[in-house]
Amino acid sequence: MAETVVHVDHQDASVEATHLRHHFASAQQQMDASTLGMWTFLVTEVLFFGGMFAGYAVYRAMYPAAFASTSRFMNIVLGGTNTAVLICSSLTMALAVRAAQLSKRKALIVLLIVTMIFGLVFLYIKWVEWHAHWEEHMVPGFDFQYPVPQFAHTAQILFFLYFMMTGMHALHMIVGVGLLTYLLVQATRRVFNENYFAPVEMIGLYWHFVDIVWIFLFPLLYLIGQQHS
Amino acid sequence: MTAHSPIPKVKTFVAVWATLIVLTGATSAISYVELGDWNVVVALAIAVIKASLVVWVFMGVRYTTTLTRLFVVAGLVWLSIMMLITFSDYRTRNWTYQAQPWSHTKGVGGTSSPSR
Repeated sequence: MAETVVHVDHQDASVEATHLRHHFASAQQQMDASTLGMWTFLVTEVLFFGGMFAGYAVYRAMYPAAFASTSRFMNIVLGGTNTAVLICSSLTMALAVRAAQLSKRKALIVLLIVTMIFGLVFLYIKWVEWHAHWEEHMVPGFDFQYPVPQFAHTAQILFFLYFMMTGMHALHMIVGVGLLTYLLVQATRRVFNENYFAPVEMIGLYWHFVDIVWIFLFPLLYLIGQQHS
Repeated sequence: MTAHSPIPKVKTFVAVWATLIVLTGATSAISYVELGDWNVVVALAIAVIKASLVVWVFMGVRYTTTLTRLFVVAGLVWLSIMMLITFSDYRTRNWTYQAQPWSHTKGVGGTSSPSR
């Protein structure tokens, strides 16, 4: 039975269009393998960020009051706006994958550009926040000054974690914008159609993952001690 | 027609997007309410709901293969192993040496540790 299936697939005239590699039996199997591989990579990313979240959890459990005191120095409006911007970018990314699946080339190009713009807006807002922290001497190691004297040392740990975690997240965003640029070039060259859209879907998975990291960073970094301030 | 997974409706994506935006507003608003230790529980619960929606619909796990789902779950299992072992270390460090809970700070830590 398996022989027959393989035979039929190789007879398929759309083999060229699906970019089917010879070591896969069918386009569906190739797609499943790509998805599994991408998720395997994303699991390593979960554990990469997970290590930083574990470090955050340990120090927050040790110094809860110091961590809560940092909330008033976080800009909840900018942080919340950025959360919304990323959620919007995930919507346009999901719609971009859908456009590729339906061979809607123009919609794909527009949605990829919109997703990139959302990504760049996020990075710009993040930059504005970092710059404000820099001006307020909130960067550990660079003349760190904390207005709450009893937490002058321990609050620094939160800011170290803050710059590390938002920094690694922003780095992933920059890589994501680069990957979207690649997709955009390929889309204008008419590479993607209803039979071949794996790169759009895989980069989409990456983009959504980066959104999820921020979904956890926002409450943990911005909303810790909001109720006290 | 290739044997690809079904293509979700635009309506589905927009509904998930709207839910995510509403939940972002909710978690921001609730953070201003004094709930004690429950603040972090509520914030994390909302974040987990949001992340699950993204994984299930935007990332298409609801249409994917059982093997891929197994990999997704395995990732979460390994994450929880890392968290559990980290905390089983930090939360029990002082058990054999000192009579007081491991943390001198108020709040998290002291209450649930066994007192000796």
